[in-house]
Amino acid sequence: MSSTEHSVSAHVHTDDIGSRMGMWLFLFTELLLFGGMFLIYSVYRYEYPEAFHIAAKELNTIMGAFNTAVLLTSSLTMALSIVAIQRGQKNLSIVMQLITIFLAIFFLVNKYFEWSAKFHHGIYPGSEELLSKSSGEILFFGLYYVMTGLHGVHVIVGMFLIAVMTRMTRKEIITKDSYVRLENAGLYWHLVDIIWIFLFPLFYLIT
Amino acid sequence: MEKHEHDYYHEHSHSYGIYILVWLALMVFTAITVAVAGMDIGRFTVVTALVIASIKAYLVLTIFMHLRSETKTFVVFVIVALLFLGISFALLFADYSYQ
Repeated sequence: MSSTEHSVSAHVHTDDIGSRMGMWLFLFTELLLFGGMFLIYSVYRYEYPEAFHIAAKELNTIMGAFNTAVLLTSSLTMALSIVAIQRGQKNLSIVMQLITIFLAIFFLVNKYFEWSAKFHHGIYPGSEELLSKSSGEILFFGLYYVMTGLHGVHVIVGMFLIAVMTRMTRKEIITKDSYVRLENAGLYWHLVDIIWIFLFPLFYLIT
Repeated sequence: MEKHEHDYYHEHSHSYGIYILVWLALMVFTAITVAVAGMDIGRFTVVTALVIASIKAYLVLTIFMHLRSETKTFVVFVIVALLFLGISFALLFADYSYQ
């Protein structure tokens, strides 16, 4: 009997399934945020197929493919960090989270070089060079900057979120028996990855 | 004491192997989509690119995001969310292509 009393007083109410479900509901709002942009993209691509074709040639396919690989790998390390914590391998989990953050920074650095190369060629919203092009091309670059920019903001948010998780794992707030926070950060990170999976072919691979 | 519900969930995802395999598959699909884009197959380019992207997204959803080992409710949620996005696209293009 005394053991029952003890477990009742030590009982901390948790609802991991409910917690993950809440995260998924949030992810659906993100899906519709980006979904709306994909809607705009599809209409304008339908309207200006030629211009989109010409404009997409300005983008560096190799750079885009490389960044896709970087983001996919970061998704792997994120998933592995959860397996590690499930197995009670705290240090391995932390290393995996740090690699994920590193890859996120790497992605953003590549993005920075990619954008600056465009800026250097005079292609940025409102530039004379861009405004002299056809309206379809202007729309393509407008969508390119807004969609990859918003995606980039999500990468930055995800990166900070994972950094907080790393701190919590170090302080043993996230443990073998309580890791739903890490799972939810992972869900967010994978969503960011899925969005890029669609952005990549739609902007870089129009031939 | 009550049995822990989440034991069901815990039993599923403990191995590293499956994630590495899925990652390899994702990399291969990326290589394929780049290779296909280089070929001239007309209007099929967009279709192939979107099909490959959907396969990749499916892998991420089911394995990386653990939908495979979640309860049915999660799967229904995701399908409903995607359905509504699909309806938006369908209605938009139904409206748009007749203007």
